[in-house]
Amino acid sequence: MLNQISIAFKKAKNEKRPALLTYTVAGDNSKKQSLEILKSISKYADILEVGVPHNTPVADGGQIQTSSYRAIKNGIKMNDIFKIIKDFKRSKNSKPIILMGYYNMIYQYGENKFVRECKKSGVNGLIVVDLPWPENKVFSKKCKKNSIIFIQLLSPTTSSKRLKSITKDSHDMIYYISMLSTTGGKLKVSPKEILKNYNKIKYISPKKNCVIGFGITEKTISNFKNTDGIVVGSQICKEITRSLNNRQNPVINVSKMVGKLRKKLS
Amino acid sequence: MKLKKGIPVIDQGDKLGFWGGKFGGNFVPETLKKPIEDLEILFNKLKNDKNFIKERDKYFKNWIGSPTRFIKLHNLTKHVGGAQIWSKVVSDANGGAHKIYNATVHCLLAKRSGKKVIIGDTGAGYAGKMLSMAAKKFGLKCKIFMGAKDIKRQQPNVKAMKKNGADVIPVYSGSQTLVDAVSECMRYWVANCDTTAMCVGSTVGPAIFVRICGWSTSQISRELKLQLLNEFGSIPKKLKLYNCVGGGSSSFGFWNEFMDYNKKQVEFIGVEAGGPAKSKKHAAPLTYGSKIGILHGAAQYVNQNDDGQIEETESISAGLDYPGISPLHCFLKDTKRARYTAASDEDALKAYQIVTKYENLRPSLEPSHAFSVAIKEAKKFSKDTIVIINSCGDAYKDRGILEKKLGKKYVKSN
Repeated sequence: MLNQISIAFKKAKNEKRPALLTYTVAGDNSKKQSLEILKSISKYADILEVGVPHNTPVADGGQIQTSSYRAIKNGIKMNDIFKIIKDFKRSKNSKPIILMGYYNMIYQYGENKFVRECKKSGVNGLIVVDLPWPENKVFSKKCKKNSIIFIQLLSPTTSSKRLKSITKDSHDMIYYISMLSTTGGKLKVSPKEILKNYNKIKYISPKKNCVIGFGITEKTISNFKNTDGIVVGSQICKEITRSLNNRQNPVINVSKMVGKLRKKLS
Repeated sequence: MKLKKGIPVIDQGDKLGFWGGKFGGNFVPETLKKPIEDLEILFNKLKNDKNFIKERDKYFKNWIGSPTRFIKLHNLTKHVGGAQIWSKVVSDANGGAHKIYNATVHCLLAKRSGKKVIIGDTGAGYAGKMLSMAAKKFGLKCKIFMGAKDIKRQQPNVKAMKKNGADVIPVYSGSQTLVDAVSECMRYWVANCDTTAMCVGSTVGPAIFVRICGWSTSQISRELKLQLLNEFGSIPKKLKLYNCVGGGSSSFGFWNEFMDYNKKQVEFIGVEAGGPAKSKKHAAPLTYGSKIGILHGAAQYVNQNDDGQIEETESISAGLDYPGISPLHCFLKDTKRARYTAASDEDALKAYQIVTKYENLRPSLEPSHAFSVAIKEAKKFSKDTIVIINSCGDAYKDRGILEKKLGKKYVKSN
């Protein structure tokens, strides 16, 4: 049976557009609210990345840090995150879910227990920011055994030799980090340059779905229409912060934003 | 888990950078894999390169002022009664602390790799001050990341950094102390690793940084070994080396050359920061049995909650105020080569008062933690026991805190 993530890519491909992936932090700004956000944006997004907030994130910029600290302050725990996903998966228009976070959260939960719980609650994929290849070999195998896609990351600094090894060990989806940056940085390289690297990955590994993330916003997203998928994260987190500061409903505002992003890809 | 003899501890990690199969490693974003690998290749080559060692030793001697003094604390010995108390006055080093060794080596490496900018983290401000000094010396641009709370409490060092031309970047996230400064510094490196070199201020971080720092501070024990031979003709039969442990750079450097001695002959005692006596918070993961977790790219014992969120620490000494601990010390603890204990804020202040009362020496709050335990234990030791405390920092930077805690008069008169 195909993983739901692979199905989502197929669907988007049939519509001749990239899949839209969103990133929001679990528990931002509350457990209930983050579930509502997931429900409402899944009308437009194809795959939903759910961030596991961590308080020493070494790869996240200001926007996602703000969201993460807010969620932790509001008391979010690992088990709450699984509950949010379970509840979301019971809803009508549920979409595939990717959990994204830092390894210590998995390590403390216990790798095996974590993967089991992911499977039980309906998680379809995992991104572990600070568990690179080859350190992730054992863990990614555990994921595969449980039909969870372990998503390998590639960056502009990844050498060609490494790229080949990593793609060889990767599952159906790969994540290309657009530039040297933490999440939410301003796009400092040209889309052309990014697409050149993207095409290099696709040349080496044509069958795997490759998404591009980091620095993608409403303004830049239309440059990447000919790719497998595009991730928008920090801009959404920023919108939640803005809504809260203006005492507006983040669910409505974020949903509007994701709707717009989706339109830009059509 | 076993410590090997005849191989430097920094080189005892496995292929993936784990000591004892479980401490250290490289838990880093993909983007940093390449710059880390580049640094590994460069360091592995240069650490065996005679010309590079010569260059390093030249700067250590002529610029840092090696060797730092090794002195007997006669009055303190008499006052305590028991073991002979000595000190290795590492605060003699240019800049006033051991952090200068690591900073110098990182700048030499940065120059070799053609980088024009070097960035670093700092807690007490020493690592930052030294990096700013070394960067200036070697013509590199310098940015220092420092928690906003630490900027407030370590002003003399902040001023020194700015005077040396460094940008001091305040970090407002989390607890606004060292842990957040290291995170922010690593984030900056993720975004700028093509043009910028990173110096991690202690024996923490991804494995290569642990190794470079340990290699650099080992200068302390190289000097001490010679000084001991000069003083006693041989390594004393009962030698006890006390050192404060925050990240663990000064203690590792203080012990490294004595690693292969039987611990009955040369014992290592690491003193962590226990925090205020009345507080549950501390910065002593080894003493209080914290669980293994991942912090700043390395597996280590670290203060954290059940979920894996890193916990806030509390200590009067900014230099020890770190929730984790070097993988090297985790390794030394589990192989039982070193013994670890903690001293509270109050203990450290008391020790500072005693030392400054009897000796012409002003240890900063960090080594004051080590003095506290050494003084307590020295009482019980025989007269032929040699106790040495690494006085790895000078109290000048702590003036504000000492004045507040002990009163103006006390600080002035010392």
